[in-house]
Amino acid sequence: MNLNAIGVVYRKELTEWLRDRRTLISTVLVPLLAFPILISGMISLSAVLIGGAKKEIPKVMIIHGEDSPAVVAALSANKEIEVVPYAANWMDQISEKQIRAAVEIPEGFQASLDKGTPQTIQIHYYEGELKSEFGAEHVEKSLKAYRDDLVKKRLEAKNLPDSLIAPFDTKQHNVAPPEKVGGASIGSMIGYMVIILSMTGAIYPAIDLTAGEKERGTMETILSSPVSRLDLVLGKFLLVFSASLTTAILSVTSMGLSFAYMGHALSNSANTSAAGIHMNLGLTSVIAVFLMALPLSVLFSAVLMTVALFAKTYKEAQSYLTPMTFIVVIPAVASVLPGVELNPKLALIPILNTSLICKEIITGTYHWNSIAVIFASTCVYAAVAIFIAVKTFQRESVLFRS
Amino acid sequence: MIEARSLSKRFQDKKRGEIRAVDNVSFTCQPGKIYGLLGANGAGKTTTLRMLATILEPTDGTAIVNGFDVVEHPEKVRANVGFLSTATALYPRLTAQEMVEYFGRLNGLDEPTLKKRIDDIFQRLNMNDFRDRRCDKLSTGQKQKTSIARTLVHDPPVMIFDEPTTGLDVMTARTIIGFIADCRDRGKTVIFSTHIMSEVERLCDHIGIIHAGKLLAEATLTELRSQYNEHNLEEIIVKVVGPLANAEA
Repeated sequence: MNLNAIGVVYRKELTEWLRDRRTLISTVLVPLLAFPILISGMISLSAVLIGGAKKEIPKVMIIHGEDSPAVVAALSANKEIEVVPYAANWMDQISEKQIRAAVEIPEGFQASLDKGTPQTIQIHYYEGELKSEFGAEHVEKSLKAYRDDLVKKRLEAKNLPDSLIAPFDTKQHNVAPPEKVGGASIGSMIGYMVIILSMTGAIYPAIDLTAGEKERGTMETILSSPVSRLDLVLGKFLLVFSASLTTAILSVTSMGLSFAYMGHALSNSANTSAAGIHMNLGLTSVIAVFLMALPLSVLFSAVLMTVALFAKTYKEAQSYLTPMTFIVVIPAVASVLPGVELNPKLALIPILNTSLICKEIITGTYHWNSIAVIFASTCVYAAVAIFIAVKTFQRESVLFRS
Repeated sequence: MIEARSLSKRFQDKKRGEIRAVDNVSFTCQPGKIYGLLGANGAGKTTTLRMLATILEPTDGTAIVNGFDVVEHPEKVRANVGFLSTATALYPRLTAQEMVEYFGRLNGLDEPTLKKRIDDIFQRLNMNDFRDRRCDKLSTGQKQKTSIARTLVHDPPVMIFDEPTTGLDVMTARTIIGFIADCRDRGKTVIFSTHIMSEVERLCDHIGIIHAGKLLAEATLTELRSQYNEHNLEEIIVKVVGPLANAEA
């Protein structure tokens, strides 16, 4: 191995890479601009939608209830809903968003109440439709207030204290520091994004430096120089690795700044709790995530280069690497699913293990044994991938495939 | 000097099985001489030259290039060789000077030597007008000059040209032909393959005719003319290759 030759190859590849407009777009512009636009857009949109839905006074229809005027009066008195006259097609009206919910009061409801026989009031709504869900929520709140009032009156009538039905209260108190609250909210996403982006950042240079060289006819040129194939592949690999890291670092920085900005903006507005977003993340956690992602980035760079080298053209390489994206996305997505927890077996599955440990690190939990196993195993996988890349670069049948 | 010793190359093809691209080929190229390797497409010329340049490894046999064995010391061989073909393109996003500098550094030249060498070559090839222009913006002739500069930067004693004028216009081809003659005049060992008979007649001191991977004839042009009683080189090739080609048909 000749470090000087590796350095010469790396500097040349870096020069070409920085002069490529596609590089600037995919590595710099997209991560720097896409996240602020995407995140602020999503948060603003959700805030607008939720705010809009909350501002609307939902139209609610009462089905039956003619023999139970008290409950109908309680519902009608609620200013957060608008009671509209009954129509037989109430179900269609909910579907068509003409009304948001319908309250079905069973016949003889009032009489049953007086006798002390329990009855069930049904609230019809359209699940998945935000405004319909809010309408149903208002109705339920109104009915609950009516029920509490009824209970209170009955207790008073019998000269019994309120505490009879509520002997004690409960109150939740959060002891988690802000960064852990933030971690719980978006922690799994940060690990997932670092993994996905370190792969997507490596795809374009991996193709350009292998299949791209073949397509442009420069592969034979470089193979005729005295540089050894080991030094050549290592110089190229370092560039792909740099691109992978740059994309991931720029993306996460951009993502972090976007979250920080939006967190600050939302904390000054009433929509914070509505959106339910916590933005604080520990810098140490983010750095730890990057360190865990380093060997994975090496693995991606070496594997992508090896696969792309089999292709004769840029397009062919793209068709090989597109399915590989799914191989990375599936375990990365699996790690953010609820209930998927790190265990000794999963700690050996590449990508999934890093994604899972990142989820824990970002919430401030450091299981050092797992971290060591995952870091070491990913380093081994990465070393094997580099070895295969070097061997593949020495195969004439791959370099001169016709 | 180049000395090919029973050089052979076999490829495995899924449909056709084993292919003997080069079969037991031996020849010698002397310094200050040009050796022309002639043959039809697929005869084995490119594979032979690629083995001499150590881009491909021989299956059997070997070659000694300027004292180094192509199998045992491929990197030393490449440091002694300048290889030019229509398949050796330039890096589009590097300038002409950066392209030549890159190959100079890969050949281990120190910076002062590299600078001096580049200034000399660029002056000699009249390249100073476009030395800072990116290779993807160069004309075909400028690209060829840059390729020549790339092969010359480490001043190799052996030059290998694989169909260097194929697809080029007359003026650019003339530049290449002049460059090959200049290499010979400077005492370099030169081997080149071509389809253009006028180039062979003008340049080659020694000729090898290859067909189906086998070297069927090897002599000076005068000797070949005398041996086959034919003045026209094209006719000589037909006479050499003919019996074998007819048998294959």
